[in-house]
Amino acid sequence: MTDASLRTPDAAADSGGDGTPLLELVDVGKHFAGITAITGASLALYPGRVMGLVGNNGAGKSTLVRIVSGVQQPDEGHVAWQGEPVRLRNPRQARGLGIDTVYQELALADDLDATANIFLNREISRGWGPFRVTSSKRMRREAAALFEKFAIQVPASGTEVRQMSGGQRQGVAIARALLGGSKVLLLDEPTAALGVEESGHVEDLVLRLRDHGVAILLVSHSVDQLLKLCDDLCVLRRGRMVGVYSRRDLTGSDVVSLIVGADAS
Amino acid sequence: MSAPAVPDERVAAVSPVRRLLVRPELGALIGAVVVFVFFALLSSTFRSADGVANWLDPASTLGIMAVAVALLMIGGEFDLSAGVLTGTTGLAVTILATRFGLNVWLAVLLSLVLALAVGLANGYVVTRTKLPSFIVTLGMFLVLQGLNLGVTKLLTGNVLVGGLVGRSGFDSAHLVFASSVVLGGTYFKVSIVWWLVLTVLATLVLLRTRFGNWVFAVGGDANAARKVGVPATRTSMALFATTATAAWLVGTITALRNTSAQADAGVGDELTFIVAAVIGGCLLTGGFGSAVGASLGALIFGMTSVGIVYAGWDADWYKLFLGAMLLLAVFANQFVRRYAERRRRS
Ligand SMILES: Nc1ncnc2c1ncn2[C@@H]1O[C@H](COP(=O)(O)OP(=O)(O)O)[C@@H](O)[C@H]1O
Ligand SMILES: [Mg+2]
Repeated sequence: MTDASLRTPDAAADSGGDGTPLLELVDVGKHFAGITAITGASLALYPGRVMGLVGNNGAGKSTLVRIVSGVQQPDEGHVAWQGEPVRLRNPRQARGLGIDTVYQELALADDLDATANIFLNREISRGWGPFRVTSSKRMRREAAALFEKFAIQVPASGTEVRQMSGGQRQGVAIARALLGGSKVLLLDEPTAALGVEESGHVEDLVLRLRDHGVAILLVSHSVDQLLKLCDDLCVLRRGRMVGVYSRRDLTGSDVVSLIVGADAS
Repeated sequence: MSAPAVPDERVAAVSPVRRLLVRPELGALIGAVVVFVFFALLSSTFRSADGVANWLDPASTLGIMAVAVALLMIGGEFDLSAGVLTGTTGLAVTILATRFGLNVWLAVLLSLVLALAVGLANGYVVTRTKLPSFIVTLGMFLVLQGLNLGVTKLLTGNVLVGGLVGRSGFDSAHLVFASSVVLGGTYFKVSIVWWLVLTVLATLVLLRTRFGNWVFAVGGDANAARKVGVPATRTSMALFATTATAAWLVGTITALRNTSAQADAGVGDELTFIVAAVIGGCLLTGGFGSAVGASLGALIFGMTSVGIVYAGWDADWYKLFLGAMLLLAVFANQFVRRYAERRRRS
């Protein structure tokens, strides 16, 4: 393929998007005291499609994820939800729309089991006034159903998350994000800390989520993984967006040269 | 594409033995049984109904505190001012009722307000400054210790305030906080009822309420808890207020029992509360522990302090015995944790 076709930022929209994207970033930028964390980032997420986000350390991937999840607000450009511009002031608001995030550090409560983690702060309870008690059985049942739906291999109760393998912990974190019925799922390096086999489990899970119609933004350092999972790929380099490319147009070496910018020098 | 849901051997149910072993209160339960059998063999008085009532008494006041302190520790914080606060609240009740002539019930109520103010101040400073609660409450400990002595001497010229008997409201307050219940001819202190009720209540709150979930989550990793919207600050504040309320209850019980209060009461007890909670399975790092465990820890203390006397030994051995229990408990906890965590790496 030619250099020119590689540089078509709208390739993804041409090939994938049927109609209005679920979520769109338009020329988004974020600066910190003299540092440009990210600038000129535009991408669109569609139901049932996986958008990869790739770039070297410090390229601005996590910043972009934080903008979409409402943790940080862009100081350039805007975010659109189902075609309408929105301001995502905080994670709660983003979650309210159906945008859920699995952070790099997972943020699980290690001392609680999978069910308690998934329902942390949205516990199902019954009873009256100060006499409300949590309905452990119902929560356990719903957690188990969620695990079954997405074939997540995790004991729903009785085992602290601390005692679980890395892949299982990732599964719990993803299940927690999905509980509210997420439409957009942001995954920040979900397999960075995992071995080959465990990574495989998480990759399968990502594909199952996609098949269930979830729009996914996947940050990853692994070119193989991105080629395996993504429909589109957004490449960042040192705080700038290089472009968004359709998976079909890319080979592994294309991705590597886009990341390091070898062909640009 | 979708992987078939093959059963994964890692999902296999945790064996019941393993589940039992990682229960926080298991060690304390074994310890309590051993201590009971030990002293019961040595002394027939110890195992008599009167003996049981005797060692349940110190276990109860300690247990009330240990349960509250365990909640706080599971929530990831310490309160070194909890011991001296039992003195402050007792003094407040006594001074307000005897020197200011207030109805005893009103004095008890104002003492509660004071305790809550201290607890919320602890919680506020800890959550605002993010300083270790160890340091913040050590400061509060010294402040209260100074106030207890200073104010008491200033108002009464003495370090002992007495004269609660006969004040208006004393009899009914005494009935609620400091009387005894006759059961089969044996007098049991009503504080034992308070202790049991609070243990059950704390266990329900920990295991069956949203707040209980938050306590474990905040104590394990406050930032992770905050990320999913758990009100971590309010949870900590509530826990400090709970400890203070327990201190008020114990201070009130003690003052009404003795019908007086001493300016140095409670000093040094704060460590005993923590030790009881740790023997009961609480981790110093937070996120793990149980109210029942803390109560069993308090029971071990109660049995030991009384059992040593019944066995005819010098009371000096008490501390040595408890020190050994504490170390044993900590080793056992660590062993169990390692055992549990090995699963993760396998
Ligand atoms: N809160 C912040 N304050 C200052 N600089 C930041 C902040 N967050 C990110 N940065 C900077 O912005 C750049 C992009 O960071 P990040 O989005 O974390 O990159 P990536 O996730 O791709 O490694 C880095 O140079 C980083 O140091
Ligand atoms: Mg990053």
